[in-house]
Amino acid sequence: MASRYFPHTPDDVRRMLGVCGASSLADLYSDVPDSLLLNRSYDLPPSMSEPEVKAWFDAAFARCTPLTCFAGAGAYDHYTPAVIPAITSRSEFLTAYTPYQPEISQGTLQYIFEYQSMMASLTGLDVSNASMYDGATATAEAMIMAVNAARKKRRVLVSATINPAVAAVVNTYARYQNIAVEVIPQHDGVTDREALREMLGAGDVAGVIAQTPNYYGIIEDFDGWADEIHAVKALFIINAPALPLAVLKTPGEWGADIAVGDAQSLGMPLSYGGPYLGYMTARQSLIRKLPGRIVGATTDDRGQRVFVLTLQAREQHIRREKATSNICSNQGIMTLHAAMYMALMGAKGLRDVNSLSASAAHELARRLEATGKIKLSHPHKPFLNEFKVTIADGYDTAGILDALREAGILGGVAIDEREMIIACTETRTEAEIELYVSTVNNL
Amino acid sequence: MNRRLYDKLIFEHSHTGRHGCDLPRAIWPDALAELPGTLMRTEAPALPEVDEPTVVRHYTNQSTNNFGVDTGFYPLGSCTMKYNPKLNDALASAPAIAGLHPHSPACAAQGALEIYWTLQRSLAEIGGMAEFTLNPFAGAHGELTGLMVIHAWHDSREDYGRTKVLVPDSAHGTNPASAHIAGYEVVEVKSLADGTIDVDDLRSKLGPDVAAVMMTNPNTVGMFEKNIPAIAEAVHAAGALLYYDGANLNPMVGMARPGDMGFDVMHINLHKTFSTPHGGGGPGAGPVGVRAGLEEFLPAPRVMKKADGAFAIEEAGGSHSLGRISSWLGNYTVFIRALAYILTLGADGLAHVGPLATLNANYVMHSLDDLYLLPIPGPCKHEFVFDGLRDKSTGVTTLHIAKRLLDLGFHAPTIYFPLLFHESLMIEPTETESIETLDTFIEAMRRIACEAVENPELVKSAPHDTPAGRADDTEAALHPVVTYAQYLAANAHD
Repeated sequence: MASRYFPHTPDDVRRMLGVCGASSLADLYSDVPDSLLLNRSYDLPPSMSEPEVKAWFDAAFARCTPLTCFAGAGAYDHYTPAVIPAITSRSEFLTAYTPYQPEISQGTLQYIFEYQSMMASLTGLDVSNASMYDGATATAEAMIMAVNAARKKRRVLVSATINPAVAAVVNTYARYQNIAVEVIPQHDGVTDREALREMLGAGDVAGVIAQTPNYYGIIEDFDGWADEIHAVKALFIINAPALPLAVLKTPGEWGADIAVGDAQSLGMPLSYGGPYLGYMTARQSLIRKLPGRIVGATTDDRGQRVFVLTLQAREQHIRREKATSNICSNQGIMTLHAAMYMALMGAKGLRDVNSLSASAAHELARRLEATGKIKLSHPHKPFLNEFKVTIADGYDTAGILDALREAGILGGVAIDEREMIIACTETRTEAEIELYVSTVNNL
Repeated sequence: MNRRLYDKLIFEHSHTGRHGCDLPRAIWPDALAELPGTLMRTEAPALPEVDEPTVVRHYTNQSTNNFGVDTGFYPLGSCTMKYNPKLNDALASAPAIAGLHPHSPACAAQGALEIYWTLQRSLAEIGGMAEFTLNPFAGAHGELTGLMVIHAWHDSREDYGRTKVLVPDSAHGTNPASAHIAGYEVVEVKSLADGTIDVDDLRSKLGPDVAAVMMTNPNTVGMFEKNIPAIAEAVHAAGALLYYDGANLNPMVGMARPGDMGFDVMHINLHKTFSTPHGGGGPGAGPVGVRAGLEEFLPAPRVMKKADGAFAIEEAGGSHSLGRISSWLGNYTVFIRALAYILTLGADGLAHVGPLATLNANYVMHSLDDLYLLPIPGPCKHEFVFDGLRDKSTGVTTLHIAKRLLDLGFHAPTIYFPLLFHESLMIEPTETESIETLDTFIEAMRRIACEAVENPELVKSAPHDTPAGRADDTEAALHPVVTYAQYLAANAHD
């Protein structure tokens, strides 16, 4: 037959058609009205050999320019240990479906259980689901959870300092759920606490969503938030990239009910935006409200500890339109990536990656300020590995980013003509930081 | 493998002082020391301390407790568990993409955008649609996106009274769930005895309050909805749009296109029809296609080819874009795999996908329907449903058959779905299986039918030869233990 992926010889096809009582493959489509049959080839190129396909992609890859990455804004250039792709590419893991048959899916189920355990501890909360698509959809699902928990209240407050792409996804989901999303303004790079208080006071609030470190890289201080939010019977949702939580005060410690965010920062390749991993953890009391898959431990009929998909009565294949979410899968193999990264690093390794990344960012910020052309926008606010800068008069972000690109550097993410955010990771070297600074100096 | 030796959790391999990573030396002062203590966590996260060889051995052994398409035959109905080509995996891990930040300027990502655009155009040709977005992360996410397109379209016409979505009772569970999340009330449409939609029931439910009708074609019992031209006409006459759930697209590949059937909006599961690995649950991709006139409603961002041949990203999407449903362009490396599959097969190879998938399904169905109850006679398309064994006197159920298949080296079919029958056993072989593999499976199914009569206890107590036995699901749901900390606490009480 036509492809190395089809085992059928012409003789096989004849024998099989005989068993089916059909004389041709076309006979098997006798139930499709003639007017609907395509009766032509697709207007697509003819088949290609393996080396030809590889050459096609190599040519496309060659039209991507490698740049030294100082961009963040939700996706960070952390190192991926070689162990991880070696294991995640094992086809027993990679080519399996959702673990519906636990007897032959313990590999998948166990790594999800390990992932849930680590993620709960990382966020300081009790329980975790088996993951979501990405940080943005996880945040939107958390919003829906809050509104469902609040029953009739439909206002959700979202901080202005949240990643705008996440805010955009939250807004899309809210529009069709008839949820009123209102923006809590920012002041000097952080959520305006007084404004939040007033908005809570106006009533009808089901949930509050804020991010730390926020879009500008600033670590938000949520001291006292939980009490005020809980006083109006709303849920407190903290969005945080996963890696910084190894050192920062956790959503659990801040009194949050739900933590969500992207786990890309756990050494996942940038891959032009995906696949990444959305996580969601929560207080114990919310476990039956969580969207998506959850894995639990139990015992089998041989007395062994085993793992199963559990609490499925929440899910779409049982509850249909009454399900907590329409999500049917999780981010599968990326949860294995996250679990392996956290296992390899351990608490100390995660702390060290944060320290190296933050120290490089602070060093770059110091040197950029010395150029006189770039200043920290919020010099008194604490940050880890990402910071917002303001460009001096006579320059603009486009000009600076263009000059850096000519030098082989992706210099950051522009917010507007005068402001941008810059990120470092443990992979940025002294030489790369010096090139960044000298390029700015030479402008 | 000695399971007893390798049944630990990674936490149970932990020894204080071990580590599995080496990091660059610090050259600048530790910035963490400068941060206010009130913003820092008080206790380190409870993570294992393990060396690299231990991690590798632990997960390698765990993988041997798993069953994938590469392990054996995986006839899981509606899931299209076809072979996942290795070339595609190799291309998906290209360093040029692994290091490409989503905020890279378009001029530094032309090749990546060309891959996106080429796949988008290829899917438009295969689906018979005008344009696709690849951004949705999964099939269910595609359904939600497609329904949002429909919602945005009605809104643009100020047609606000359409509050319902009609869904057949045989539909995948995600259909009603997605309609609900998209803000619609779900109304079920009945199926006829032959598994196809009851057109009279559908007509009676159509009206000015209906926004869309969701259909799967072939449907979940593997039957082609041959009344689709009349259905499309009725739906459009009522001012509603027709949505195609692409979960069952595989048998149509090379043979017929949803766009030509009258569908307005569709999604495709790249992890089903276009051979990308399921990854134990993800990442997948659920591109959404629309007919001409609906392009401007697709989500942002979108990838465009400019007049000079260069590729660009429109961050805000089209003029009526429903907004963002993902931070960036979706599960990008999945697109590389799917496009590699399309380029490898080409127009000539794709022409065989549907017919061979359909041949394999009909072959298995005809080889077993003397022992298993076939409620709807064929020809089926890519899959079919048995309603358990013909002989119900043995007490052997679909669940028992599924578990016994695990003993015999096969993944189980989809069971107890669709909900139309009590003992649904839904079998989808896909086109990448040989006649020898199918014969081995048929032999196993016939053996189970025999065992059900001669030694029913053997079947009812299955599985016997799997890494794990039958799990206590009730206990798991009654007292959920979903983290290692909860596991330790639960066992401290014992």
